[in-house]
Amino acid sequence: MSYGSIIKVPFGPQHPALKEPGNFLFEVDGEIVVDVKPRIGYNHRGVEKAFELRTYIQNIYLAERICGICSDAHTTCYTQAIEELLGVEAPPRARYIRVIIAELERIHSHALWVGIAAHEIGFDTLFMYVWRDRETVLDMFEMISGNRIHYAMNTIGGVRRDIHADMVSKIKKGLDLLEKRLKYYLNVVQTEQTILKRAVGVGILKPKDAVDLCAVGPTLRASGIKNDVRVDDPYAAYDEIAFNVITHDGCDVLSRILVRCEEMLESIKIIRYGLDSMPEGIIRVQVPMKVPQGEVVSRVEAPRGELIHYAKSNGTTKPERYKVRSPTLGNIPALCKMLLGGYVADIPIVLAGIDPCFACMDRMAFVDVKKNKEWVWTMQQLRRKYAKK
Amino acid sequence: MAFVKEALKQLFRRPATLKYPYEKLTLPRDFRGRPIWDMEKCIGCGLCFDVCPSGAIKMIGKGLEAEIKHYVDRCMFCGQCAETCPKNAITMSEEYELAGFDRSKMLYEYKRDT
Repeated sequence: MSYGSIIKVPFGPQHPALKEPGNFLFEVDGEIVVDVKPRIGYNHRGVEKAFELRTYIQNIYLAERICGICSDAHTTCYTQAIEELLGVEAPPRARYIRVIIAELERIHSHALWVGIAAHEIGFDTLFMYVWRDRETVLDMFEMISGNRIHYAMNTIGGVRRDIHADMVSKIKKGLDLLEKRLKYYLNVVQTEQTILKRAVGVGILKPKDAVDLCAVGPTLRASGIKNDVRVDDPYAAYDEIAFNVITHDGCDVLSRILVRCEEMLESIKIIRYGLDSMPEGIIRVQVPMKVPQGEVVSRVEAPRGELIHYAKSNGTTKPERYKVRSPTLGNIPALCKMLLGGYVADIPIVLAGIDPCFACMDRMAFVDVKKNKEWVWTMQQLRRKYAKK
Repeated sequence: MAFVKEALKQLFRRPATLKYPYEKLTLPRDFRGRPIWDMEKCIGCGLCFDVCPSGAIKMIGKGLEAEIKHYVDRCMFCGQCAETCPKNAITMSEEYELAGFDRSKMLYEYKRDT
């Protein structure tokens, strides 16, 4: 039903979905969203410039702090890029440890997201239970790396810490508990009316739109498209590990929840395989401080989707240019598509549906050195400028 | 209905959290807390100062007379200094309760006994 007049509703910048700033201007006709204008850039921290001012060793920790939740994905991508420039390869054991840490991180990130999604649809009981069980993963991280969130495991030429035999048994015990709990949550998501009523048929993203708008990660896989960097362009030890790429073709929020829940179970299998078949040997190789001239692009499947890092070196100890394309930025156009035609009440869950991470994303700013001016462009301005050409 | 059973079960379980200041979790073996310098071992090479990503370490003087200032409010506990140190003079301790209201108190100075 149309009310005949269109009202503009600003949403954010005070955490519209997750606890991070991002602004969306909705045009609503009654309860129906007819237009969305995203505005990003509230979390711009100048990370890329900071990369140019620090040495390659210091940048590992900077890359880690682009985002707290996918901290390992960023360092894997960074170290991979620099290793390629240096022409070294991480030892086999280090590559397996990277896979194990990356998959543990996927579980912790997806579990966090399932909790958030439950919170957004007003199901706080599930949110509390999922987050309690997520602590199991965080405790494992603390045991392996010495910290819960910023593991600092990767270094250029390998990993910093080994996974010892006594840790392996503890991790396996934790995984058994997690598997039991995750299977239970999968059952809850599929049967509980509280979730189904809010998630089925909400935030539809058709497969064609998903591809056209360059959606990535679980958002794309929930539209039924099999796309995963771990399979398409294997890095670390993923080429030696067999696993399924989870897809669902519901194209709605429920599919996004199911894809993430099943991915967590798949991750558990990968970790178990990794722990059992980890080769013995050294975990890191020594690398020089200076990196030879060159350019490189490195890709990693972060929990939220495809993460791209670009590095340009000039033969010194510091990079000349560094660029990060995080998965959330790739998902923003798809997000706008999902929101169109939906209800205002469904905005939070659809927004949260792509697992947005604004800290990762906000890196877009323009600087005119001659005029000494700085400004940020909105997505709309970008579109206006480039869509016509 | 799957959830009702689970919710009822929780009534008879212990809480998942601890009463923090009174009860504490045991820390894992390789926990990364506040780094501590052993000035007996330190040779004042300055590598920790060079490598620190957040500029939390200052070195005053040179060589065997050097003093170390560690600004724990800037430190992010990555442990790169401890890893880089050629003499293993830096250890990551188990100290983590470092929050406070006064930043000037968050400076740890390491001097040499003369």
